[in-house]
Amino acid sequence: MLHGGHLLSVLIFFPAVGALALLLLRGDDHKFIRIIALIVSLAEFLFSLLMIRAVPVGAAGYHLEEYLKWINQPPIHYHLGVDGISLFLMILTTFLTPISILASWKSIEHRVKEFFVMLLMLEVGVVGVFLSLDLFLFFLFWEVMLIPMAFLIGIWGHERRVYAAVKFVLYTMAGSILMLVGIIWLYNATGTFDLPTIQTLLHTPASQGGLELAPRTEMLLFLAFFLAFAIKVPLFPLHTWLPDAHVEAPTAGSVMLAGVLLKMGTYGMIRFCLPLFPEASRRAAGWVAVLAIIGIIYGALVAMVQPNLKKLVAYSSVSHLGFVVLGIFAFHNISMQGAVYQMLAHGISTGALFLLVGMLYDRRHTFEISEYGGLATPMPKLAAFFLFVALSSLGLPMLNGFVGEYLVLLGTYQRHWGWATWAALGVILSACYLLWSYQRVFFGEITREKNRTLPDASAREKWILATVAVVTLWMGIGSTFITKRTAAAAQDVIDQVEPQRPYEAAAPNIVAPNVLTTDGATTRAKQIPSSAATKVALTERLGTR
Amino acid sequence: MPKYPMLEYLWIVPLLPLLGSAVNGIFGAKWPNKIINWVAIGSTGLSFLGALEAVREFFESGRVLFRKEFFTWIATGNFRAGFDLQMDQLTVVMVLVVTGVGWLIHIYATGYMAHEGGYYRFFSYLNLFMFFMLILVLAANYVLLFVGWEGVGLSSYLLIGFYFLRKSAADAGKKAFIVNRIGDFGFMLGMFLLFKTFGTLDFVQLFAKADPWPADAMGHLGTFTIACLLLFMGACGKSAQLPLYVWLPDAMEGPTPVSALIHAATMVTAGVYVVARSHMLFSRAPTAMLAVAIVGCATAFFAATIGLVQTDIKKVLAYSTVSQLGYMFLACGVGAFSAGIFHLMTHAFFKALLFLAAGSVIHAMGGEQDMLRMGGLSKKIRWTYVTMLTATLAIAGFPPFAGFFSKDSILLSAFQNEYGGRNVGYVLYGFGLVTALLTAFYMFRLIFLTFHGKQRYDEHHVHVHESPNNMLAPLMILALLSIVGGWLAAPAFLPGGTDYFAKFLQPVFSPIYRSAEFRVLEPLSVSAEAEAHSLELWLAGIAVVVALAGTVVAYWLYRKRPGKPDGLAKSMKPAYTTLLNKYYVDELYAAAIVKPLLWISTNVLWKGADVAGIDGAVNGIAEGATALGDGVRHAQSGNTRSYAVWVVVGALVVIAVIFFWPFGGKAVVGMVH
Repeated sequence: MLHGGHLLSVLIFFPAVGALALLLLRGDDHKFIRIIALIVSLAEFLFSLLMIRAVPVGAAGYHLEEYLKWINQPPIHYHLGVDGISLFLMILTTFLTPISILASWKSIEHRVKEFFVMLLMLEVGVVGVFLSLDLFLFFLFWEVMLIPMAFLIGIWGHERRVYAAVKFVLYTMAGSILMLVGIIWLYNATGTFDLPTIQTLLHTPASQGGLELAPRTEMLLFLAFFLAFAIKVPLFPLHTWLPDAHVEAPTAGSVMLAGVLLKMGTYGMIRFCLPLFPEASRRAAGWVAVLAIIGIIYGALVAMVQPNLKKLVAYSSVSHLGFVVLGIFAFHNISMQGAVYQMLAHGISTGALFLLVGMLYDRRHTFEISEYGGLATPMPKLAAFFLFVALSSLGLPMLNGFVGEYLVLLGTYQRHWGWATWAALGVILSACYLLWSYQRVFFGEITREKNRTLPDASAREKWILATVAVVTLWMGIGSTFITKRTAAAAQDVIDQVEPQRPYEAAAPNIVAPNVLTTDGATTRAKQIPSSAATKVALTERLGTR
Repeated sequence: MPKYPMLEYLWIVPLLPLLGSAVNGIFGAKWPNKIINWVAIGSTGLSFLGALEAVREFFESGRVLFRKEFFTWIATGNFRAGFDLQMDQLTVVMVLVVTGVGWLIHIYATGYMAHEGGYYRFFSYLNLFMFFMLILVLAANYVLLFVGWEGVGLSSYLLIGFYFLRKSAADAGKKAFIVNRIGDFGFMLGMFLLFKTFGTLDFVQLFAKADPWPADAMGHLGTFTIACLLLFMGACGKSAQLPLYVWLPDAMEGPTPVSALIHAATMVTAGVYVVARSHMLFSRAPTAMLAVAIVGCATAFFAATIGLVQTDIKKVLAYSTVSQLGYMFLACGVGAFSAGIFHLMTHAFFKALLFLAAGSVIHAMGGEQDMLRMGGLSKKIRWTYVTMLTATLAIAGFPPFAGFFSKDSILLSAFQNEYGGRNVGYVLYGFGLVTALLTAFYMFRLIFLTFHGKQRYDEHHVHVHESPNNMLAPLMILALLSIVGGWLAAPAFLPGGTDYFAKFLQPVFSPIYRSAEFRVLEPLSVSAEAEAHSLELWLAGIAVVVALAGTVVAYWLYRKRPGKPDGLAKSMKPAYTTLLNKYYVDELYAAAIVKPLLWISTNVLWKGADVAGIDGAVNGIAEGATALGDGVRHAQSGNTRSYAVWVVVGALVVIAVIFFWPFGGKAVVGMVH
């Protein structure tokens, strides 16, 4: 196991150092800039892989913590930590960044230096979000991340880029303002911004020095956080910024947006909404689930009829992220694990879909499906990769999408069979929109003469796609490598929001008929994810219990 | 060296075709056909040999069930899905059919596809199919079975759409996948319900836990009934039963070897296999059993009627497949699982043969599939004719061909069915018998139209030629199997009969007799046994008569009075056109489901709710804010006196709030302090 130091800080700010180095370079040597950016992001990725060893299998709580005083009054700490869930989201980020850089190798021709600086700064913000354990610090990274993304869309985007960038920023800001209010409220009530501390206080009875929220207050706070996250996910009906942002963003922007930025929303729900406001989460769960299910079906149906390929993929994200939200709010450990897995799988396969759409755009400069048709003849390799990725996206077993989707539905079914049944319709619809669009783009005779001479995947593109394909396959077969590391963290979250039912504990214990009615009684104690760093502060505050 | 090496490394059997698929798929583009053949036939042939060896070891070990966990694929909480394989007698039948028939069809395909583009792609897909199909039949839990289940769906999609330049082919592939997904929706929910109830999806554990449970009462929607109906929904999709059969006739867009392997012999029988595999559950769900029997019987009859009037040789066979699959479900639904599996096996022989022979005809005719443009081929392609006639005799149910025994035992079981009362059994039997009549008729219609009578093609354009040996050899082997295969299940009282097959599957299906409370089977007394035998003989006799009748009618209509069928079609025009257009089911689905869904998605959801509704509101707020800002802007006049007025007004408002606002006063004062 790795110990302490400032590994996480290095992880967060290393890309910033790289960005700074890029700024010092001359702007006209594009190749050199690209290579430096790639090296920086690859080093970051390899470094992040090392962190896997720091999170032992089965160990709950945060690891590699850093806890430094940053601002005295109000007391804001520079508090970082990683657990099973944030670990893999962070790796997803560091994986997709070099992929995005490679994808932009040829397609970004002007302001090359600034582009890669923005991409690396985006990585700083996102990794920071996943590793922050102080609400203020979290909020800071959350906002910091907006700026490079807005520039990526606004400067290097397509025709309506400014509209899309402004819409993206305003939408997100509207949510984060509310979250800021919630954060400040919590600070006023507890005197701290530290997440584990606040969490412990909220789970401690008032008689022992904890903070008990009135149901109405808790619900308002829950909503303040939830709205910010729901916009980011995006949950129906807060999703309309997404298609615009995706269609206008450059390929790298779309990959990062779909791959990791959306996950910040679902991550926030797991990290903040459920543990901090369990009662409100339970009360809201039904409503959230309905919105998630609407999102699954609605997103898929709207995706099905899009004439624009990139918009189609964007709407499919609404559908897929619906599964994640549903899995989170079903409060079942299997569905929670599935939700986490679906976040990762969606990052890979939808990221790959955007890569492929971008490659088509590089060749024909259009996203209109009707402009394509019969592409399998001039570009069989690209067609094969596209099919592979589409299959992973529609949840074919042995590819990554299946594991997450299946676990979400399986877990949700254990609690609410009706939800799972409605959501499972998404399984049919995803096949409809993906295979139909695939057919219109790749099958049939060539309908546009221009398409006849399009080049097949170049060596660079093949490397990108092969890498993604290998990860897709590996995640589909070797899922336990990830799930056994996310299990403890996911279980922690579930324990705080809903006690485990005895017959679902470790092993099923139904051996004879009619023992199914043992419901209710709790067997597991609530466990707050342990933070070594804040333990001292907490014992001071609560006394030794 | 382990004692039973092939069983211990059972994963090799499915893995070999996967390797073949990968090798051909990645490197095959630049290889000559010969190397591709070696890889494709070699990998499936080795897989067949491996399966044979594994089967031998299985029998040698004398176990009821061999089971091995290879690695854990998904695990979380109390859920575990492993890459676990198992082998029992049911698996033995399936594995041998899949690898054996699959291998023969691979050989045939090297001849049939020799001049097609995308040769490597074809064999890569075909091997991929073998991999998934073997996973399906070897899987030891529902989740791994589902891997194979979806995987064969994918291979089917790829192979149906093999000629992807044709829109109809691409459409058919997509349709197959999506309709199967509709079934899979039910299949998944069935798995979820089983997991919720029993906490496992592993066959051994699940069935052990299900064993002590009483059966759901007839007509009662208990857990077993719902779970079984959901699983059966998946089976309906995969095995093309009503109302999800629509994809299979379209699937004939694929190359003919694909139709033989996937859409006749193996994949489409996966639904039957799943029902048989889940017999521990189904036998506790009499309502579900009745549903299976009724759907199977209805499909058998319904598809056979459509088959009467089709003129495309492959379409006739496709509807025939749907119909025969219905028979298999009928068998399962009346509790005769081993009869269903036996029909699955014999059907794999003679239907694969029919398709391959049809492929040979099409090959000979240079791609022509319309039987109205054939005729008189029997002398020109002698071997094709002989083998196809053998298969026709088998499917029509003439003794001693394979189909006679299997169909006969199904009809007998239907006759004796007790789910939902005796009368239901008689109705099922009645429809089954009529279907047998129709089967004999449309099959001999096919034979007479294709091979007899005047030739109706232009000899200057079509050079009829017999197929090469690598296509004929599989035909002959399958013809042999279609003749002798049936004797495996010949009833014991016939000379040479041993009733071997049912005894063979006894270890798998016997629990049904042990624990199914609603149907206690007591050993028959000697006189009762004799009575049963005489009943069996009577029914067999009736079936043969019916098959003969169908043949004679076909002979009379298509040989003696060649003008008669057209006259009949004219005099019964509405019925004829309805059948010709397949009861307009595709049109109905398009009008009732597909088009409304697309219209609503486009106009209501996307352009209505999304663009006009939600985004309209968002942009409205933005415009409102702009307008507001624009209005307030005018306050910034730069005029000192107007500012002074604003200060005074503001102060007055604050004072008013502090003194008169019922709630906010203190807060505002607090803020000031």
